[in-house]
Amino acid sequence: MKIALTVNGRPAALDVAPRTTLADCLRHALGLTGTHLACEHGVCGACTVIVDGAAVRGCLTLAVQADGAEVTTVEGLAGDGALTPLQEAFRRHHALQCGFCTAGILTTLHALLTENPDVEACEIREVLSGNICRCTGYIPIVEAALEARAAYRRGGDPAQ
Amino acid sequence: MKAPPFTLHRPATVDEAAGLLAALADEGALVLAGGQSLVPMMALRLAYPPDLIDINGIAGLDRIELSGDHLAIGALARHHDFRRSVVPGPFGALLARISHEIAHYPIRTRGTFCGSLAHADPASEWCLTAATLGAEMVLRSQAGERAVPVADWFEGAMATVREPEELLVEVRLSRPAEGSAWGFYEFNRRAGDFAIGAALAGYRLEGGAMRDVHVGIGAIEEVPRRLGEVEAALEGQPPGPEAFRTAARIAAGAVEPLEDFATPADYRRDLAVTAIERALAEAALAQPGQRGMAA
Repeated sequence: MKIALTVNGRPAALDVAPRTTLADCLRHALGLTGTHLACEHGVCGACTVIVDGAAVRGCLTLAVQADGAEVTTVEGLAGDGALTPLQEAFRRHHALQCGFCTAGILTTLHALLTENPDVEACEIREVLSGNICRCTGYIPIVEAALEARAAYRRGGDPAQ
Repeated sequence: MKAPPFTLHRPATVDEAAGLLAALADEGALVLAGGQSLVPMMALRLAYPPDLIDINGIAGLDRIELSGDHLAIGALARHHDFRRSVVPGPFGALLARISHEIAHYPIRTRGTFCGSLAHADPASEWCLTAATLGAEMVLRSQAGERAVPVADWFEGAMATVREPEELLVEVRLSRPAEGSAWGFYEFNRRAGDFAIGAALAGYRLEGGAMRDVHVGIGAIEEVPRRLGEVEAALEGQPPGPEAFRTAARIAAGAVEPLEDFATPADYRRDLAVTAIERALAEAALAQPGQRGMAA
């Protein structure tokens, strides 16, 4: 089935089987392997990407359902090789260790902070419950998210 | 962990969807709305529909509208749409409160209210909400439309009276009584996991006594339901921890709990009591004049 979508600002026209998930499409058809896959049934959060502004599970969204949509993956958060304020905060707070879960956490938090830059720690924790990190880095991840709020409050899209 | 192949259909209208269902439901065609239960079931090969009818392109199905004594919730209204009050007052606040307990943030952005009712997982928060507040499910097929009250809706765990060729186009969720206040409690081991037990409770105060008492349990039995024995024990009584505890304990003898490898039936029996007690305690805090979910 032919679909056309925008991925990280670039148009992409593809022919995909309906059963292809958005995550597989991004990785295999477009070579965007920053989006990771682990459980492939919605539990771990590693494959989370942003579709038309909303964080979604890449493994629970069919590629054909992203037809016409604007998709942002972890590769699309920062431009020009510079880190976004959220990524910068992750580095400062050591909010990652092996990094496998990090792509899904960054996209989830970017969508959350864009929607609500005043989000409180308890809600950040609740949201992060949907991203499994087995290096147990949650405390620094929450700290990084709290610090990044300021950049999102200043308005505009801090991921550009 | 990949779904088996299927043919995708993208109807533009409800009539078109009903036509596709009439033609394909007998062979196992299924409706795709949010896909947050169906897609993983396909990936795990628990479901292998030869045809999927994707209703996401049908305009107007995302509506959430107060209409007389009920809230009309269209087939494409997402859990995330309820995160802020969709109607002023305690009703909207209650739905917002409950929506935050459903799965995880990126799942709530796609999963739908009506999909939860159609899927009928025993642990579904919206199924508990519909069972406790009262609701009607509006089904559309080529033969026409019918509305099924929630008391007749569930046939068992993940089973409803919906015929395969029927599309659940809308749920009409009853508006709670004026002046009533509500509490919700859910237990699971990680925020966003399936509930192991949940309760929704509400009442209004009249001369210091509880009236219009509603007590529902979810994730305890195959089907969420109100507990008439518990409600009767509270009706007309003044609220308070003692009254709540005494009434909640009745649930222990009234439920037939689910059992699985991690959770014995007796555990869920105890949890039903605790969940009801805590939901009632939250409702008490929410009474008018208090902070919380009351008018």
